Amino acid sequence: MPRLVSHPDEVKIVTRRFGQGAAKIERYIELGGYEAAKKCLAQGPEWIIDEMKASGLRGRGGAGFPTGLKWSFVPKQSAKPKYVLVNGDESEPGTCKDHLIFLHDPHAVIEGTIIAGLAIGAKTGFIYLRGEYRYLLEFMEKAVADAYARGFLGTHIFGSDTEFQIITQTGAGAYEVGEESALMESLEGKRGVPRIKPPFPAVVGLYGGPTVINNAETIATVPHVIAMGAAAYAAVGSVRNGGTRLFGLSGHVERPGVYELPMGYNLRKMIYEVGGGVRGGRGLKAVVPGGSSTPVLLPEEIDIGMDFDQVGKAGSMLGSGGVVVIDDQTCIVEFALRTISFYQHESCGWCIPCREGTDWLKKSLTRFHAGFGETKDIDNIQYLAENMMGRTFCPLGDAAAMPILGFVKKFRKEFEEHLGGKACPFAKRVELAVI
Amino acid sequence: MSSETMSLFSAKLAARLDALVLKYPLRRSALVPMLLYAQDEIGYLSDAVIAEVAERIGITELDVRNVATYYSMLRFKPAGKYNVQVCTNISCMLRGGYEILERFEEELGIGHNSMTPDGLFSLEEVECIGACCWAPAIQVNYDFHDELSPEQVPEILASYRGRETAHA
Repeated sequence: MPRLVSHPDEVKIVTRRFGQGAAKIERYIELGGYEAAKKCLAQGPEWIIDEMKASGLRGRGGAGFPTGLKWSFVPKQSAKPKYVLVNGDESEPGTCKDHLIFLHDPHAVIEGTIIAGLAIGAKTGFIYLRGEYRYLLEFMEKAVADAYARGFLGTHIFGSDTEFQIITQTGAGAYEVGEESALMESLEGKRGVPRIKPPFPAVVGLYGGPTVINNAETIATVPHVIAMGAAAYAAVGSVRNGGTRLFGLSGHVERPGVYELPMGYNLRKMIYEVGGGVRGGRGLKAVVPGGSSTPVLLPEEIDIGMDFDQVGKAGSMLGSGGVVVIDDQTCIVEFALRTISFYQHESCGWCIPCREGTDWLKKSLTRFHAGFGETKDIDNIQYLAENMMGRTFCPLGDAAAMPILGFVKKFRKEFEEHLGGKACPFAKRVELAVI
Repeated sequence: MSSETMSLFSAKLAARLDALVLKYPLRRSALVPMLLYAQDEIGYLSDAVIAEVAERIGITELDVRNVATYYSMLRFKPAGKYNVQVCTNISCMLRGGYEILERFEEELGIGHNSMTPDGLFSLEEVECIGACCWAPAIQVNYDFHDELSPEQVPEILASYRGRETAHA
């Protein structure tokens, strides 16, 4: 069972019911659950969307798009049914926050889905979990069944004339399905190959109907925004970044775990105070601030507030909030190789720059790490990665290229130390794959 | 196909799959979960499983294969009764994921993507399983084991072997 952690600097909004048995519907109701959905039912769609806009809540999946604005893009009238789709395909390396939400507070996901449905006028919501999360899918399915039994879901939710149904879905292993158009393809029973945009999902989405797609954390936050009020929620965070975020601290920290901290919380403080510093008193070499696809930060770059805008200004991304801490005994070339191996494995092959780029980057980095690299390879790695950027249907190509560019640019010296047939100064494992 | 007609699957699973195709606005949306649930029972996607799934959804076998090959959890050859999946992605790697993998290789005498001769265990090096803050982590079938050290590997294997003797 994943361990829950705590720190005095945390502001527990989304996690406030964690560890309190709220997966049981009676307990969830006891703790104030489903009141926000009832309030939204009474207030109507425009009020909900205004509240969401005022809250400053931005998408927790990685892109940070304002949630209220996203919901407002869905046309009021539609010939085809509208849908809410909850993205629980959590698979960005470094990220495990939704894991805890499904485990400890599945009804918050259901309640948030109902509210999103009320806001856009949808009658059906889908909750999609990655295939590896089978035990969590069972939790979700039990919670959905309990919500139906209480009349919170169905043809007359909370005794009203409004209908809302929830359907759960499992994936079967695919990082790319975390991309919204690939997610819809997967839910339609196809390969998770991304769609070309436009049209955007808000206009033509699932089964051709207007669709709102939100990350599970975003959706689980929605009832709390309604319950505490948009202004109070916004006030917790930083400018244009409302509320809190579930940050996953992993790698070489003393106290890894998922911590709920205000948006804009200082990254250095997060690592050294919340996370207890680098494990074993070692030095800090680098930080990947928002999941494996986000460009690396150097120790002198971590005095920044962790929100979408400030991390962006520092040349990286807040992404999924997965903060991976790397100590000074780690080989960056090996880390880069493991990162690109993942993206090479996950590339669907639809777009040539991604398919060929990830494959060549993996080959180049494998050879480089084994000590068979040449000086020109460093530039070639950079050239390959630069030419993947912005040239693919979905962001997987960028997600693979961005971290590699960061490693090469910021750790060029360490790449050079692998030249001339020298063994990797750090690694225990050096394998030269057949190229 | 209804659960009364000939099916490869247990009556319980067949009934579940009968309900599954009616759950969505379009029947085809049942495809990915159906493949996974079928694999959970049969062990892998054999030709016969693919044929039955195709018939249940109402699409061609080729179409089923085209979709199935996209998803990394779906497999086309048998795996061990207990499929050990060791994450070596970045967060796990930094906290000893490869040492966990090596220990499993030693204890089981097999490598990545292979199975013990008795069919009890198979071993896979896998990508991120969503347990980064509790690294290094593994899954045995769908069970998570986290914050592992190599020393715990023998006891994990023993616990699954113990289930077998308990059943025998």
